[in-house]
Formats: sequence, structure tokens, C-alpha cells
Amino acid sequence: MPTIQFQLNGAAAAVDTDPDQTLLDVLRGRLGVTSPHFGCGAGECGACYVMVGDRAMASCDMPMWSVADKDVVTVEGLGTAEQPHPLQRAFISEQAMQCGYCVSGMLISAAALLKRNPSPTEAEVKTALDRNLCRCGSHNRIVRAVLRAAAEMAGS
Amino acid sequence: MSAPSPAPTLPVSLAANPKLSSWVKLIGEGRVAISPGKVEIGQGIVTALAQIAADELDVDIGRIEMIRASTAASPNEGVTSGSLSIQQSGRALRQVCAEVRQRFLTAASERLGVDASLLEIQDGTISGPGNVRTSYWELADDISLDHDANAGATAKIVAKRTVAGHSVQRVDIPDKVFARPRFIHDHPLPDLLHGRVLRPDISGARLIALDETATRAVPGLVAIVRDGGFAGVIADSEVAAEAALKALRSGATWSAGEPLPDEDDLAGFLKSQPVETTVIDTRTTAATLEKAARPLRRQYIRPDIAHASIAPSCAMARWDGDRVHVWTHSQGVYLLRADLAIVLKLPAENIVVEHMEGAGCYGHNAADDVALDAVLLAKGAGGRPVRVQWSRHDEMSHAPFGAAMAIEIEADLDADNEIVGWRHAIWSNGHAARPGRAAQPALLAATEIASPYPRMISTNPPAANGGGGDRNSVPLYDLPAWTVTSHRLLTMPVRTSALRTLGGQGNVFAIESLLDEIAALRGEDPIAFRLRHLREERAKEVIRAAARRAQWKPQKQSGIGHGVGFARYKNTGAYCAAIAEIEGTEDIRVKRLTLAVDVGEAINPDGVINQIEGGAIQATSWVLKERVRFDRTRITSTSWTDYPILTFIEVPMVDVEIVQRAEIEPVGAGEAAHGPVTAAIANAVYDCLGVRVRDLPITRDKIIAAMELAS
Repeated sequence: MPTIQFQLNGAAAAVDTDPDQTLLDVLRGRLGVTSPHFGCGAGECGACYVMVGDRAMASCDMPMWSVADKDVVTVEGLGTAEQPHPLQRAFISEQAMQCGYCVSGMLISAAALLKRNPSPTEAEVKTALDRNLCRCGSHNRIVRAVLRAAAEMAGS
Repeated sequence: MSAPSPAPTLPVSLAANPKLSSWVKLIGEGRVAISPGKVEIGQGIVTALAQIAADELDVDIGRIEMIRASTAASPNEGVTSGSLSIQQSGRALRQVCAEVRQRFLTAASERLGVDASLLEIQDGTISGPGNVRTSYWELADDISLDHDANAGATAKIVAKRTVAGHSVQRVDIPDKVFARPRFIHDHPLPDLLHGRVLRPDISGARLIALDETATRAVPGLVAIVRDGGFAGVIADSEVAAEAALKALRSGATWSAGEPLPDEDDLAGFLKSQPVETTVIDTRTTAATLEKAARPLRRQYIRPDIAHASIAPSCAMARWDGDRVHVWTHSQGVYLLRADLAIVLKLPAENIVVEHMEGAGCYGHNAADDVALDAVLLAKGAGGRPVRVQWSRHDEMSHAPFGAAMAIEIEADLDADNEIVGWRHAIWSNGHAARPGRAAQPALLAATEIASPYPRMISTNPPAANGGGGDRNSVPLYDLPAWTVTSHRLLTMPVRTSALRTLGGQGNVFAIESLLDEIAALRGEDPIAFRLRHLREERAKEVIRAAARRAQWKPQKQSGIGHGVGFARYKNTGAYCAAIAEIEGTEDIRVKRLTLAVDVGEAINPDGVINQIEGGAIQATSWVLKERVRFDRTRITSTSWTDYPILTFIEVPMVDVEIVQRAEIEPVGAGEAAHGPVTAAIANAVYDCLGVRVRDLPITRDKIIAAMELAS
């Protein structure tokens, strides 16, 4: 099996894998990175999103061959309790979830948005998150959290 | 002679589990373990219960460690459902903690030589005059909590509570934003294997033959497990398990299934089946019988609704001889254990069922089913644990649905269009087929194994528990006469069980739609009409509060509509009023929802708002988009494309006001919004477009059909 190299959360990663295996399977099954969640396996719900470059993308239908040499970021790479990303801080401040299963995908979509557009409007936030499904109805809190993080990042 | 005052009674959960130590333990230095029987299902209950305990014990909430429910040790509180966790677990914990506090004060009094009434407790430190002090943890070794609660202690008065009644941050949220494994899906177990179960596409089909040749060749396969019509694979990775399942499917031969109803004629189907009929309630008053009346008859339809959690159901199981340990996101660990014991023909003591969080749970989904799947597959794993996760497809087709309903209301109107009679009839499958409550198991695989159990036909909880299909069907309005009848189907081609509100959403939609129609016939403001027919002040106050907040009624604008809906959940729970603002022509958009809610004492006000917001948005999704689809052989809405839910761009603004009543026993908030929001949107559609859509979901096609019918 070929070795596929990529950047994961700022560190070099190399995995011997079937190139058609999905990034989600490799992250969760091989590397123990559990923040990307399985939701549908068809790229329709956003629970498995990871950031590739400055784009949030579904990892459940992303073959490993397409990840070679790419820069992949998951929530594990966003921040920690000691040094949280502004989005993580804002999700806590706004209590922006109910069950929280969708939240890692939300954080990734939001982080990718803020990379591309540091001061989005509310409508732009909603558009950026529109492919992330939330079943509990925490949408408005999540939007507020993203706007709060953007404001904090602009102020710092 | 005055009657003797009744002996103090214990809250229901405490009466069933009276031992103090089963709820509270002093652990380590400066820590308190609180062990409720209710479970976190995304509703924030664990935080609210921690608040109650912190308050009564006078310890900082940061010292409290909430223990996940397990049949190994936890109090048995049945199922976490029906918006009852605050009522049941909260009351029990408040009483337990008050008694624990009193026991420690008594012991501290003896040790310090100070009268207990002079002692105070601050963050677990007990101090008194002369600078004497001790603490819970210093005294812990001397005080046994292995005593039954006796209802002797009195909980704090409202004014003395400093934690309960205030918004605090949820205890589970930091883990979830910092990617620390908390969900069962993410939980690592040593030597974990992965399982998948083979299920038919055709509804009701049974596995009759299986060619395993191709499956045996799949790398990573550990075992194929077969028990009659139940078949699955175990492999050393999820990837291998998926590959093995695919191979297994190609070798499967299925029996013909059982036909499904016509999805476009749900009412015709529901009304043509054998039923069990129950008169739920009747009211007659002599004054109305003489009045001449003309009937106004309307029929309302609610389709089957999917739970559609973002995560597919997941469980893990590990056998050790004839004992098995199960990890599950079930709502009721003891109830699941009871069903597992029946299927496995084992004493319940041989089975430990331990809760772990899953994705948001809105009722009886596949959590229990997948637990039995894991237990059956793990038999082939040689003592290693097996994790089973359902596919999205199976989650959307094999899990129970919230039952479709046809509701007919006939109102008798007098010459002034005042209501003098009211007949409400419901045709629906039952709304509950939960595990652990019958002599037969309710778990899916139990119908598939070699000695299968029949599929449990769903029933309805008794009226005392809020009813099922009849939930919220008895008007809260002071109408002069009514008859409410429930027809529960005795066939069940589409599997149904408990989904948020049970029949409440459908019944409130029907009642509130017809009231709105009658108010319009009279030319009376729909809020004034409702207030005129309500007697309970709390009911009226939430309607007034919502109306004030929404500045009812805003000036009429073309293309904009406003509507109102109200209910008291189960007629015994939270009061909730909703006002919807919508815009549109044929495609409608819900712009804003304004709600007022009265849950009595709101333990965590932000938690209540979060639940009401979430309920309002989920209800909007149900109303505008959701309907389980099927053809005559199989469920067809098995992906997010075929079962769309509301997305960010479509989500309305939601504004919630809590009518705080700290002196009134708290009730839950999780299901209060669905009925009122459903009705408010439907009524706003009428206000906006002049048509009544009585057939959910309110889609473009339904609106056009209603317009054609009206013209």
C-alpha cells in the first residue's frame, strides 16, 4: 500500500493506506482523531468536516489520494482548553449547542470562513454554515458564536 | 377536630430509590459525586441537576462530578423522556441533598459543640461562632449515607437558592468544543472490534438464505454472526466491517416483505385499519344542549416524522462468560437491560448497561436496537468488545418513527359562531413501543433471531402519564361540551414509537388551527378569542407575554402573515405560547418566532431558552419540510437528500421570554414549543395567504392545492 503524506494539525503525517480509503476512516480509525464525526457517509450533513487549506470539506467521502501534500486541520488543531481558538471560546460563551455532535463540523466551517473572510455578515455566516446540519435547533446560537469570535479576532 | 396532617411524602424517584448514598457520595478531597438515574441526551439535564445539588449542599458547582447512569449503581429512574427529568430527578435530588446537608450539620454540631442552628455551610465548609469549622470531607468518614431518605429535611426556600434559578454554563460543553471524547461514538476501548448488521431494504422482509463465501474472503473479517434472520459481521476495523457487510448483502436472499400504505392517502389508510377505540374525555353542560348548532368539520393530517439525529445509533458490548457489559445512549438503562434479559434468557444481574452520550435524542430512536445488535454480534468476538454503528440509511428506515395521525374535529357553532360542542377524534398508531415495559422485547433484532418475538405493536401511555396519540387532545379551553376519542391502530406496517410530544404536536396543531378559523369566522382577534376561553392565569399570561413581545398584532402588510398557537404541554406541564411571522406567496419562509414559556421554577434559565429555541426550530423543520416517504414496499427517505431538514438559511429568528415562577415546582421544557409553533405557522399561513393548510408539512405543493380548493 502506498504511503500518503500530508500535514495534520500543523505536523507531518504519513499513512500507509489504500488510496481510495476515506480521510475520515484514516483520521478516526488509524490516527485516533475523533473530532470529525460520522453522520451520513455521503457528504450531506457536515459532521465530518475538516479544513483543507482554507476550505471546510467533508472527510467521509474524501479519498486519501486527494489528501496527499494537503494541509488538513481538525478541531484538535484549532486550540486547546489552555489556548482556545476564539471560536471555541465563543461557542462556550454562547452555549452554542444542545447535543454538540455537529459542533466540530460547525467549528471547522466557521474557522474556514473566518480565514477567508475575517468580518462576515450574519448572512455570510449562515451561507457558510448552510451545509452543516443541526437537528437540535442550535443554529441561532451558533451564528451568534461565529460573529462573536469574528469580532474578538478583529479587536485583537 | 382537625384532620391529621399527611405524612411528608418522598418525590416519586426517591420513593423508588430511597437510599441516600445511591444519589450522593462524598468522594476524595473536595469532590461530590451526584448520581442521577436520568441521562444526558443533549438537553442539558446533567447541568440542571448539578445546579440543584450544588444549591442544596452549599458547594460550588465545580466540585460536583456527575456520574453517568449505569445499572451497576445508579438509581432506577426508568426512562429519560416526557420532559420529566427535572420533575422526577430534580425533586429527588433536591430532597436527598437537603437530607444529606442536615445529617452533616447534625454531625458537625456534635463534633464542634455548637448548636446546629448556629452553623452555616459555605462551599462545603461548615463553620460557626468562635471560628470553629469543619467540612463535608472531614466528616465524611463518620457519616454513613446508606440510609433511606425520610422526607424529614426541608429544602431551601427559593430566596436562599443561589445556583438553581440562574443561568450557568453547561458542564458538558467544554469537552465538546475541545474535541475531548465524550460521545459513545468516540470512546476508545482496548481491543475494540467493529460490527455491522445486515438489514433488508424491503420493509418486513426476512433473511431466508445467506451465501457467506464472498464475505469470508474480506481482509480483516473476524466473524460472521448468524442467528435466524439476524446476520452481521465483526471485523478489526470499521472499513473492513463495511466491506464485509457489502459482501454479505450480495449473498443475501430475502422473503417478500409486508406492504406499506399509500403515502399520499395517510388519512385513508389510518381510518381503514382495525382499531382500539378509547373515549379519552367527555364534558357536557346543560346550558349548551338546547342551543341550535351547526357543525364545522375539519380534518388535519400529520405524517410520520423521523428522529433523524445527526449521528447514527451506536453501541458497544463485551461478553465475559455469561455476563455482558453494554455501553449505550439509550434513554433508559434499566429498561433496556430488562429487554436484553428476555432476549438473552439471562438474569438481569448478568447484564450491566452503562450510559454514554450520543447525538441529540428526541425519543425512542434506534439506540436500544443497536445495543442488542452489539450484544448479539459480540457473542462471536471471543470476549473482545464490539462497537456497532448503524448506517444513515438504516437509521432513517429501520428506527421507529413518530406516528402519522389523522385528526378530525367537529365543532358545533351557534348563530354567533360561538362554540357549543366539540368532537375530537384521532386515528393513529400508538406512540410508544419502548423497551422494558412488556413481557416481550421491543428491540428490532428480537424480531429477526431464530426464535423470533413478534414485532411489538405500539400502544399509548395512559392519560395519567400524558397519554400518547391523545396527548394534548383534551381542550384546555373552557368549552361548554366536548368528546375526545382516540382510535389506536392494531396494525403497524410503518414502525412507530415515541417521538417528542407524542401526539401533542398533531393535536395542538388541529385544535389551535380550528380555533383560529372560528375566531376568524367571528371576526374576533385570535388572541382575544383564546384569552376569552381560558381560565388559568398562567395560560393567559404566556399568551399575553408573547403578544406583548411580538407587538401583536403588527399592521397588515402584503406578503407577511402572523399567527398564534398555545398549549400547556400534556395539560400538566409547561405553558407555551408562540407567535409566528412568515413571508411568502407559494414558498413560505418563517422569519421570526416569538415565544413565552412558563415552566414554574426555571432551574437554568438559559437552558430553558435553549430547549425552547431548539424545539421551535425543530418544529419549524417538521412543519415546513418533514415527512417520512415510502413506496408500497420500502421506506424511501433514507438520506438527507430524501429527508431534508431545516438549514441555517431557512432558520427563523427565535425570541424567547421566560415567565419565571420560582415558587412553583419546575417542569421540563423540551417538548413545550412543538405544538404551539406548528399551529402558529399554520395560522400565519392563513393570515398571509388566506388559505388553511391542514395537511402537514406545509409545502409549496400543499399551499397550491389549498389555494385551488379554496378558489
